[in-house]
Amino acid sequence: MTALLPRLPRLLGLAALPLPLPPLSFFLGALTRRMATAHPGMLRRLGDYAGHRFLIDPVDLPWLLLLHPETGAMTAHRRARPPAHDARIAGPMSAFFAMMHGAEDGDALFFSRDLSVEGDTAAVLALRNAMDDAELDLSDELAALSGPLALPLRRALAGAERATGLILHRVDQGGFPA
Amino acid sequence: MMELVCPAGTPAALRAAVEAGAHSVYCGFADETNARNFPGLNFTPEDMAEAVTFAHARGARVLVAINTFPRAGAEPLWHRAVANAEAAGADAVILADIGLLAHAAELHPSLRRHLSVQAAAANPDAINLYAEAFGVRRVVLPRVLTVEEITAINREVDVETEVFVFGGLCVMAEGRCSLSSYATGKSPNMNGVCSPANHVVYAEEGRDLAAKLGGFTIHRTPKGASAPYPTLCKGCFTSGGQTGHIFEDPVSLDATQLIPRLAKAGVSALKIEGRQRSRAYVAQVVRAFRAAVEAEAAGRPLPESTLARLTEGQMATTGAYAKTWR
Repeated sequence: MTALLPRLPRLLGLAALPLPLPPLSFFLGALTRRMATAHPGMLRRLGDYAGHRFLIDPVDLPWLLLLHPETGAMTAHRRARPPAHDARIAGPMSAFFAMMHGAEDGDALFFSRDLSVEGDTAAVLALRNAMDDAELDLSDELAALSGPLALPLRRALAGAERATGLILHRVDQGGFPA
Repeated sequence: MMELVCPAGTPAALRAAVEAGAHSVYCGFADETNARNFPGLNFTPEDMAEAVTFAHARGARVLVAINTFPRAGAEPLWHRAVANAEAAGADAVILADIGLLAHAAELHPSLRRHLSVQAAAANPDAINLYAEAFGVRRVVLPRVLTVEEITAINREVDVETEVFVFGGLCVMAEGRCSLSSYATGKSPNMNGVCSPANHVVYAEEGRDLAAKLGGFTIHRTPKGASAPYPTLCKGCFTSGGQTGHIFEDPVSLDATQLIPRLAKAGVSALKIEGRQRSRAYVAQVVRAFRAAVEAEAAGRPLPESTLARLTEGQMATTGAYAKTWR
């Protein structure tokens, strides 16, 4: 395992347990659709795999997340009742965020066993490659959904980054030092 | 300074490579014309034109890999790829097939031609034939030669040579290897995929992670040990009562410390493998190797490599360059 990857505090996971899933799924769906609209190349790169169901298993959170790129749906599910899926990717939330923001390489996280994969490996690779090319920035996407609250939200996200060690914005901008 | 030739599987990875200090970036079209035909990867003709514009504006070159072997009757796909590379403004095409080399030399004479590692040209006679018959200007040498053998080759050829210094390590005669075909029906040579992902399955079996290719279990790794990608050449086999890696361990190449010897051997360009990897990998590896080639050019000591974490097996080898058992 990579010592560099932080785990979410156990207390945070316990605090998240009673959260109602329908509003969470609604919010995650809105975020996913916003990303798909802002980065249309993602669906093109996914090709036929856009119709697959990807089960994201953040091992330090109490839920499972089911992503269906074609419809832009992302729904939260109780661990006791995992939904049907074509591929499953499991790992700490920090690994997913680091990969999404260009800070960590997905293959390296897999080699080190920080991430594990089951089911349709080709679909997982397509998703990883499509997201990597999209150069996503979660802070930007959330700010775009937040209207007048964008600025305080950015400050809150920056605070959350400092407190948890999670990478919540794109970090790979900047060239080779002259 | 030696030229650093860096991988890009996506436009984002190309931008990462250029910004990290790549002198050249190699990439391919999203079809079976290139040997990294993996899902979600590669470039449309439009992507390629934009990528070339981006790279040229920053002083970097783009080399387009069209390095699989055309199927009889399907040559137009490969011919279009060469024409699209030229139309995009690519600085060179990297080809392996003799028929495609002849086509490019005849119909696209001003487009610089490199010989792919897939052609497996490993001796001066073969290299000189490609140079004389098809105007090849650079040859990517197979990963089976020692530094001494590379030195000897460079004494007898007039073309530039390029060698791999980092990444996935192919230990076979590239372009001739059919191991992947035996297990999956698909190969890098004809389909652009070695051990294609849609034939790969990972399964937790007891305390072990089983990595399977085409239904065959290639590896079984205990909990906590690094996970490999199931390629047959790095597989674990049982024979005569003994179990082990017959051809090569699941490790990756890192020849950082050999850069001064490769420069003395007359090598022009250093190639980083990994078009199937993310932009995070590309940026980190390119930055490290740019610092290394600058150090070599300035006569400074080479920096210690810190890239093992990115490699398969989390371990590095100098491969055949410094092997003694042969």
